[in-house]
Amino acid sequence: MGGIPHDHYEPKSNSEKWLHRRLPVVGLMYDTLMIPTPKNLNWMWIWGIVLTFCLALQIITGIVLAMHYTPHVDSAFASVEHIMRNVNGGYMLRYMHQNGASLFFVAVYAHIFRGLYYGSYKAPREITWIIGMLIYLLMMGTAFMGYVLPWGQMSFWGATVITGLFGAIPFVGESLQTLLLGGPAVDNATLNRFFSLHYLFPFVIAGLVIIHIWAFHTTGNNNPTGVEVRRTSKEDAEKDTLPFWPYFVIKDLFALAVILLVFFAIVGFMPNYLGHPDNYIEANPLSTPAHIVPEWYFLPFYAILRAFTSDVWVVIIAETLTGGIIDAKFFGVLAMFGAIAVMALAPWLDTSSVRSGRYRPMFKWWFWLLVVDFFVLMWLGAMPAEEPYATFSLIASAYWFAYFLVILPLLGVIEKPMTPPATIQEDFEAHYPAKTDGGSPAVNPAE
Amino acid sequence: MSNAEDHAGTRRDFLYYATAGTGAVAVGAAVWPLVNQMNPSADVLALSSIRVDVADLAPGSQMTVKWLGKPVFIRRRTEEEIAEAQAVDLADLPDNDARNENLPSGVDGDDGNRFLPPPAGSEDAVAGEWLVMMGVCTHLGCVPLGDAGDFGGWFCPCHGSHYDTSGRIRKGPAPTNLPVPPAEFVDETTIKLG
Amino acid sequence: MIKKLTLSALAAFGLTTGGAIAAGAYDSHIEDFDFSFEGPFGTYDVNQLQRGLQVYTEICASCHGLKFVPLRTIGDEGGPGLPEEQVIEYAKQFEVFDADLDDFREAVPTDHFPASALENAPDLSLMAKARAGFHGPYGLGINQFFKGIGGPEYIASLLTGYTGEEKEQAGTTFYENTAFPGGWISMAPPLYGEDVDFADGHDNDLHHIAEDVSAFLMWTAEPKLGARKQAGFAGVLFLTLLSVLLYLTNKRLWAPVKGKEH
Repeated sequence: MGGIPHDHYEPKSNSEKWLHRRLPVVGLMYDTLMIPTPKNLNWMWIWGIVLTFCLALQIITGIVLAMHYTPHVDSAFASVEHIMRNVNGGYMLRYMHQNGASLFFVAVYAHIFRGLYYGSYKAPREITWIIGMLIYLLMMGTAFMGYVLPWGQMSFWGATVITGLFGAIPFVGESLQTLLLGGPAVDNATLNRFFSLHYLFPFVIAGLVIIHIWAFHTTGNNNPTGVEVRRTSKEDAEKDTLPFWPYFVIKDLFALAVILLVFFAIVGFMPNYLGHPDNYIEANPLSTPAHIVPEWYFLPFYAILRAFTSDVWVVIIAETLTGGIIDAKFFGVLAMFGAIAVMALAPWLDTSSVRSGRYRPMFKWWFWLLVVDFFVLMWLGAMPAEEPYATFSLIASAYWFAYFLVILPLLGVIEKPMTPPATIQEDFEAHYPAKTDGGSPAVNPAE
Repeated sequence: MSNAEDHAGTRRDFLYYATAGTGAVAVGAAVWPLVNQMNPSADVLALSSIRVDVADLAPGSQMTVKWLGKPVFIRRRTEEEIAEAQAVDLADLPDNDARNENLPSGVDGDDGNRFLPPPAGSEDAVAGEWLVMMGVCTHLGCVPLGDAGDFGGWFCPCHGSHYDTSGRIRKGPAPTNLPVPPAEFVDETTIKLG
Repeated sequence: MIKKLTLSALAAFGLTTGGAIAAGAYDSHIEDFDFSFEGPFGTYDVNQLQRGLQVYTEICASCHGLKFVPLRTIGDEGGPGLPEEQVIEYAKQFEVFDADLDDFREAVPTDHFPASALENAPDLSLMAKARAGFHGPYGLGINQFFKGIGGPEYIASLLTGYTGEEKEQAGTTFYENTAFPGGWISMAPPLYGEDVDFADGHDNDLHHIAEDVSAFLMWTAEPKLGARKQAGFAGVLFLTLLSVLLYLTNKRLWAPVKGKEH
């Protein structure tokens, strides 16, 4: 596991040897935990542990919530109120699950943007990246279906809008939509299957996470310099790395504790801030809310979806070329999924020979513009579909696609990058100079 | 200096232990609510005590109410039924235990230890007329039929247990008397169960 | 990298709140009432909740239901805190349909408040969480961050926001209201001031009554508010301790690796 030369688990006692010969699970866990990790990882590398924690949190709170929730249109809303009012600690469990989803997405966006900046998607880590994109898609599906379960107004109408998108697919759209809904409109059949799949997806995600970890343990972690760990010998590898346990486990746990502090403050003091008041109104198929808004983590893609109206020139071209098969609605759907697709294709679109954005002066500007663009799209997704927001959405969407399809390919050719350090050790010691005296390395000034 | 290193060593260890300990407390504090949520919720607990209005219950009739998921017999006995119950020789009882949760355990099966006393400061129309018992046969849990059986009380059709007018087992496979649950009058016409 | 991302994240946090409406859509006037339960250390005022319960019972209950609220909870800690006997008496004024009896009967504490008697009158159990009193600015969510979502403020502003103007439209009478979206509401003013008398002689002008019933409705929507804030506070305190310990542990652990630090 992992091409970095390092000591592997050796069973010592007789019982260890007995087990190791039959099922090397202890060895597997030991080698995974002790894997040599680049010593220069910065604080943008903590999000993996936050994500793992969030997955565990959501699964655990989800399972206990499911002990009290009823997935039927007549009782779902009331069962959630039962949880909030009657179940011991139910209000905390519900709010932690609800806000845990938000924490999950904060972490995943930080994690993804870290990857985009430091070129973590570049060879040989393409598979890690693709698995990550699949996990992200499953997360979005899980979150979408989970939001439907309380059966509030936003649950119902959000479900109506998003399942309606499938109806926009030419030829097969209507049948597909009916298949998804289990009927002509969002109703009990839809709610029940969403509950089942919402319970299922996180375990699929867990499986993919294991493969995700396997993949980046094989290639080794990326690091802020983008320079690979030396594999010439074990001694050289040890100059560039530290074992994951204890150095990065403790560092990650510290970051997790700080993040959970903020999380608890939100859950305790403002648990409904990120939500929508309309979801405290029971679903009413006969009354549409004034403004249907998805949860904040979907807003950027919602903005892209709505940006492509029938008066936009690319849409008009597409409509003409395909004889009307691709209309504005379908174009929006294609754009929305396309936005994720182009991100997934980054490993092949980025032509730069330098991996990390740290040493790419032109790239940095475009990257930060992408970050700003992401937040602008997020804001626009909550705005009504009117001017001037419509035009802004188009510009912001255009930049998203331009970044991946035009800028990344071009930059590799026209940019003159800086020189990365020769080794990770060099980068680390530049930040933390090695001692110049020959004194004992374990001396700590008395504290 | 070895002294400083010793101190540093103990201090380092203390910090590690303190952190690990605090972490363990955090995990424990997280686990307890996850277990406690399975305990009965507030609405279930609220039903652990119910009030029954017995104002319309005529002597010689019985009402059955559901409490904690099981039937409870509330019978307003006639003078004959009370006399019959009091005339029984305790030595004849297969189970000479009152089985009354309102009294200390082990008191004998005298009828006086079975019926529900009137509200404080008032008197029954007929002394000992109120009988409150779980309507669950102590053999295998069927619901006995009232005004039936060889002893003027209840008869369980499942396996033929006979209970007398004080709800005590007299004949048949049931091992113990019908238990008397926690009960009291909270006013002239209301019995609180639980 | 961290600093830039933190700043962007802070900006985004403000930008993204799903709170309903875009810039410029609302000219409704919402007064920022100062409720006792606001802020991290805010709690319900038990006397206010009792007054609010009285207002609800005497005025609002004729049309509006509280179907998600069990009657027994008005005796709960952290709520109006009525003694058990009063809760039983209070419950008796309501009638509920009992499927076992196939008939109506007096409510007991384990029943819920009835649903709305009037079909057009929304249930009020969650009204204080189902409305946002504060928005923006410009969809940035900053107002809600500092002032709260503003549900109870919206309710109180609505109750005090009638101008007295009326109009007829399509056979329905509408009443002008400065807080209601669109400016015209089909509910006639339910309060005028001095509509109920409080046994302890507390102020019963319109402003106070509106505030009291809004606080009560916040309790019906979020009865566990007090316990929730306590749990949050305990969590924050504990995690602060854990963070400090982990920070020191991390520092101690890495010190030999990092060499002399400045």
